[in-house]
Amino acid sequence: MRKKVYMVAGYNTISMGTGRKEFNPKKERAGLEELIKEAGQGVLQKIGGAKNVDESVIGNFIASRFNRQANLAGFIPYIDEGLKHKPATRVEGACGTGALALVEGIKSVLAETADVVLVIGVEVQNTVKAIYGADILAAAGWAKQRKDGHAYFFPGKFSDRAKAYQEKFGKDKTRLAMATWYKNAIENARLSPTAQEYHNTSTDPHKVAMAEPNPKGFVDSLNVFDCSKVSDGASAIAVVSEEGLKRIGIPLSEAVEIIGYGQAEDDITKDPTDPTRLETTSIAVKKALESASITKEQVGTVECHDCFTIAGIMAVEAIGFANYGEGIDFVIDGNTSRTGKVPFNTTGGLIGWGHPTGATGVHQAVTILEQLTGKAGEAQIKISPDRPYGLSVNMGGDDKTLTAIVYKKA
Amino acid sequence: MNYTDKLENVTVLGAAGKMGSGILLLTAIEMADLSLKPENKGKHFVINAMDVSSEALHGLMKYIRAQVLKAAERKVGMLRTVYANRTDLIENSEIINQYVDDVMLLIRPSVSIEVAYHSTLIFEAIKEDPDLKVKIFSNINENNKKSPWFFTNTSSIPINEIDTKAKLGGRIIGVHFYNPPAVQKLVELIKAKTTLPELEEFVLMYAKNLKKIVVPSHDFAGFIGNGHFMRDAIYGISEAEKLAKDSSLAEGIYMINKITQDYLIRPMGIFQLIDYVGIDVCQYIMSVMNPYLPNEDLHSNLLDKMMEAGVRGGQNSDGSQKDGFLKYDKNRPVAIYDINKKQYVAIADIQAKCDDRLGTVPATIKPWKSVVGAPNKEEIFRTYFADLKNSNAFGSDLAKKYAVRSKEIGLALVNDKVAFNEKDVNTVLLTGFFHAYGPINDYLN
Ligand SMILES: NC(=O)c1ccc[n+]([C@@H]2O[C@H](COP(=O)([O-])OP(=O)(O)OC[C@H]3O[C@@H](n4cnc5c(N)ncnc54)[C@H](O)[C@@H]3O)[C@@H](O)[C@H]2O)c1
Repeated sequence: MRKKVYMVAGYNTISMGTGRKEFNPKKERAGLEELIKEAGQGVLQKIGGAKNVDESVIGNFIASRFNRQANLAGFIPYIDEGLKHKPATRVEGACGTGALALVEGIKSVLAETADVVLVIGVEVQNTVKAIYGADILAAAGWAKQRKDGHAYFFPGKFSDRAKAYQEKFGKDKTRLAMATWYKNAIENARLSPTAQEYHNTSTDPHKVAMAEPNPKGFVDSLNVFDCSKVSDGASAIAVVSEEGLKRIGIPLSEAVEIIGYGQAEDDITKDPTDPTRLETTSIAVKKALESASITKEQVGTVECHDCFTIAGIMAVEAIGFANYGEGIDFVIDGNTSRTGKVPFNTTGGLIGWGHPTGATGVHQAVTILEQLTGKAGEAQIKISPDRPYGLSVNMGGDDKTLTAIVYKKA
Repeated sequence: MNYTDKLENVTVLGAAGKMGSGILLLTAIEMADLSLKPENKGKHFVINAMDVSSEALHGLMKYIRAQVLKAAERKVGMLRTVYANRTDLIENSEIINQYVDDVMLLIRPSVSIEVAYHSTLIFEAIKEDPDLKVKIFSNINENNKKSPWFFTNTSSIPINEIDTKAKLGGRIIGVHFYNPPAVQKLVELIKAKTTLPELEEFVLMYAKNLKKIVVPSHDFAGFIGNGHFMRDAIYGISEAEKLAKDSSLAEGIYMINKITQDYLIRPMGIFQLIDYVGIDVCQYIMSVMNPYLPNEDLHSNLLDKMMEAGVRGGQNSDGSQKDGFLKYDKNRPVAIYDINKKQYVAIADIQAKCDDRLGTVPATIKPWKSVVGAPNKEEIFRTYFADLKNSNAFGSDLAKKYAVRSKEIGLALVNDKVAFNEKDVNTVLLTGFFHAYGPINDYLN
């Protein structure tokens, strides 16, 4: 990094959807406008108002279909009149949108075109039934593959991956690892008041997630607990330079420094070379760690893209914490739990906190910011001094649009 | 018999009614699924939705569309395969809409009986009036050159009688769905002595495709389901009337309804069930059954009086419960009709007194909802009924007597050759009435 870049002042709305007590699919609830405003103002309040913002980036996957709304940059001035006539950009990279929005902010700071960038991610998906939402989300894959795909297109894709992995490394052990992943997600989410699973009261989430998949009703190799839910939510954060930090008056102790990031893209028209691996993920992570000049052994906490439990397990291997085929052992042995060697997804991740697609990458950054600055409340984990770094991995599509970011306490 | 050919032209009579609409829905879907099979390409399927009420047909088409949409949403995975060659249908939404169109295209609403003259299959679900059913069947049979098969949904009329009177030559069988047909898994199958074997063969296949549970019943008025229910109801009414002697009728009804729901762990109390089915319907079915029961009087003065007072229960078109023996607020009983006073008495006003009279409830009692799906329910019932047996409380005694009577009714159905065996009786109560255990059991031995 040719210049110091920081993130501060994170804010998450509630991840709304089934599981939250307030959620009633038949009742009206906060939409795009309200969520963008809530998250945006949440950050503005902490950074001294709109006057301090040089430009804004808004990440959103596909409001054009969920909400019949495009041109989302137009909602930036709606947050606060002070943002009117300032630059605003909307970015999109499917479920990997959020991190692209962050990188957009990072690049602006690096390019010295801005010192304070407001970054927001948002998605409102509970506007249609899941079966139609599946059509919309399928746009994260190649449209020409939709016809031959599963009714639940992405669960179908990752079910195929899970099946391939199970065939290679054992069905029972993989199921056990997937259930462990779910249990960790729920335990963490229960400590985060904005999490979709915050109200989850299951006495034995592990057992629940051991359910046999129901190929007739859903997909071959995943049960519903293996899948992130349908969520509405927004997250926001400020990406700032050293000058920016001074301008907004936030002490270094409340900031994380971005010490590296890596992006990698794969051909959307191609199937994965090996369905048991997340190849693009591993490349993005490798680039990020190299750019930060650290090793994975120095990483103390990870936010990974567990849109499905199996994706979480494969991410563990892609990052390199476990050898190929041993991610399941690593997870079963508790290494990714909140008290494990490398706590993963400490506010629940996509499975537990929720997956408002375009917001997820930003939510990951907010969680790492909170953890590294000791502001994670009940969800706070211990960060050991020999593993001071945080890592986030955000994925768009089936291992296509990847962004990994490395953070350290400023 | 060719299953598919038989289904090419179907008429549902009384299609806009409670039962007819469900039968229409299920059959139209079955026909659409057949029509979409490659081997049936070029075949022309039609289902006539016939009803005398034009207005009701209007509502029916709306209802069917909404239900087909839901069905399509549930089976979109299968539909993606069915429409695999349709390159123009890509998204779930497109596939679902196409399927809804394909089902709706088969359905032709009509108010004239003539549409049935071209059908090979007639499903009948008009009101429970033996003369009307016979008249309509003869009319169709005389005018239809295809020797159609008649599937009647009668709840109580012996099939043999309809066959003889309408001169159908055995081309009739009872296919007794439960309400609502789209949800209830049970179908009672009633062959008359004369029923041609092909009809049964067809219905078994049809029911299997619809994922129904078929229980055969002998051709005896009321069959198994109403054979049990009507007697159970008569017993409940007489018990309530007995209790009324030293309290009030409302209190008697309250207590018996409570005994049958809570103590017997059933989905609803007997009076609520009578309301659900309709006081008019119960009265009518009893009147149809009664002439066939020489040693028994299946008749209730109380039902007559309720009808005279214009209190009849049944459901509103949106499925909500109309007031009957009980008055409902959002489908929950809040008051009880006292025929002597011709007014509803709030449950809140009599509850404490009645509960006190019933006495201590056995400790291991569980609500129906929590046990009906429990894997260990056998064990739960054994424990509970043992408890009930040991309890001398007034309520427990009433419950025991009721359970014994319910079992007696079940055994009599087998004895009198209505049901083929005890298991069938239990299956009907379990699936058609959602009981959590069959009435023929040894829990109280
Ligand atoms: N409701 C139940 O719980 C239930 C259960 C099983 C069987 N059944 C039986 O099903 C039959 C129908 O009952 P339902 O509850 O659906 O009644 P319903 O009153 O809801 O429906 C009867 C329909 O038949 C129509 N109809 C009346 N006369 C007609 C005629 N001459 N030609 C064509 N249509 C005519 C009416 O307009 C009405 O739409 C009865 O034989 C009943 O015993 C009812």
